Amino acid sequence: MISLSAVQKSYSSDVAIGPVDLKIPTGGITAMVGPNGAGKSTLLTMIGRLLGLDAGAIEIAGYDVASTASKDLAKIVSILRQENHFVTRLTVRQLVGFGRFPHSKGRLTRDDEEIISRSIDFLNLNELENRYLDQLSGGQRQRAYVAMVLAQETDHVLLDEPLNNLDMKHSAQMMQLLHKAARELGRTIVIVLHDINFAGHYADHICAVKDGKVIEFGTPAEIMTDEVLSRVFDTPVTVIDGPRGPLAVYY
Amino acid sequence: MTTTRAPAKGRLFEPSLLIGIVVVALLLVLSLFVGVYDIFGNDDGGEMFAITRIPRTIALVLAGAAMAMCGLVMQLLTQNRFVEPTTTGTTEWAGLGLLTVMILFPGASIMAKMGGAVTAAFIGTMIFFLFLRRVSLKASLTVPIVGIMLGAVVGAFSTFLALQTDMLQSLGIWFAGSFTSVLRGQYELLWIVAIVGALVFLIADRFTVAGLGEEIATNVGLNYNQIMLIGTGLIAIATGVVTVVVGNLPFLGLIVPNVVSMFRGDDLRSNLPWVALLGIAIVTICDLIGRTIIMPFEVPVSLILGVVGAVVFVALLLKQRRNA
Repeated sequence: MISLSAVQKSYSSDVAIGPVDLKIPTGGITAMVGPNGAGKSTLLTMIGRLLGLDAGAIEIAGYDVASTASKDLAKIVSILRQENHFVTRLTVRQLVGFGRFPHSKGRLTRDDEEIISRSIDFLNLNELENRYLDQLSGGQRQRAYVAMVLAQETDHVLLDEPLNNLDMKHSAQMMQLLHKAARELGRTIVIVLHDINFAGHYADHICAVKDGKVIEFGTPAEIMTDEVLSRVFDTPVTVIDGPRGPLAVYY
Repeated sequence: MTTTRAPAKGRLFEPSLLIGIVVVALLLVLSLFVGVYDIFGNDDGGEMFAITRIPRTIALVLAGAAMAMCGLVMQLLTQNRFVEPTTTGTTEWAGLGLLTVMILFPGASIMAKMGGAVTAAFIGTMIFFLFLRRVSLKASLTVPIVGIMLGAVVGAFSTFLALQTDMLQSLGIWFAGSFTSVLRGQYELLWIVAIVGALVFLIADRFTVAGLGEEIATNVGLNYNQIMLIGTGLIAIATGVVTVVVGNLPFLGLIVPNVVSMFRGDDLRSNLPWVALLGIAIVTICDLIGRTIIMPFEVPVSLILGVVGAVVFVALLLKQRRNA
């Protein structure tokens, strides 16, 4: 479980996050949604200890994020931010191998190699494993980075807008893979999403963030309503019954 | 099925590496026997061989490998392909440190000069890195431009200092990096860079992870600031020592890592032997050209390196534009 208590972060007098109290249950996918600049990514970055807090505390599986050594946290939680502009010339397999760094410190064992292979297969990258990252398309590269954080074998995986720059087909594939990772590998996945309909379909819990605060937290059935979505996104939203569940229409 | 796949861990020794070693060894043998002084025809040939040729060749190996490695580590730490000690001002800072020691303590030992150069190189590189983090320049070309500008300012200050203190000639000699003056009894401190090389090799994986960016590095539990500090320290030591003993070796750290990366990617640990070999080969070839082109005189190796380096730099730029 990931729990935030009275978490605060302020940038200037009018831009501030919190105080946020939130409990993200273990297992499944929790999607963070909300308008631009609401603070979704900032919250995720703070949970993943890439950004410090001004006040409050965050615990992951009982470990306090601020006081636990970074190298120990790396075995409990992994975080992937939006793609780097600089592309190192590593092969997919070498990159995924660095996901084992918290465990092996660079000296990869046979077990490590096997986990790397599994992670690569899981994201259907086996054909590409010896290709350099700069020879891949954006979607393939994104998958390689996800394979890296999966190879880290942490119970908690935080992903910041992993669907960015992905087309329809690859977005759907990515969500299916994450869904599979949550089910088959038992990971707790927290993901920032822009498309509310992806959240409604694939997530087990939806966390709505607005103006730096968590204003709603619940199952997709609870969040996917006209009233809640219109309030969260500040725009009229109608939820209709689609062929595969509720569908938010906002245009 | 998974066991038959090639492991992620790059192998260090490959048959092709052996060929590389043989080629470099041949170049070094050539370096031992090329020179104006006829070491076979004179009675003191053996003595001369030991005084100049052996030290010079060892210096080529150490300086070439060190500067190439420094360039690679710097490129990983800044995530920029166009960065190396001479495009970030590190060399100019080392020169300023050297000059300051020579002015303040005219009779300073070579050890003291080295200390001054290393300290100044460290401070200068830190300033550059902190500046980069503060402004987070994303455009890859702006970074070396800022570095070269910073270096020019520091270089101008050094020239001014030298003018005021009648040290301009010493500065000029330093600036024209050359292996001419490498003699027995004067080059031995260069062995320090061998230790730096060994350390880089030991923590190679950490540098590669740092090259993936601060966030990914932190994600896998690496102390990013610590590795930046260690990297800067190692670069400063190698650059400072090479600057004092040999002088300025421009572009070496730029050409070598880029060429190696093109063929072998960026996995630092498995690339290091290649980076070292290519660095040694290029410096040795340039030095051999410098020694023979206007025999019986010599052209400083920095001049040849500058010409070769500028051509490769432009070629890299063009290649990047085509890929973009």
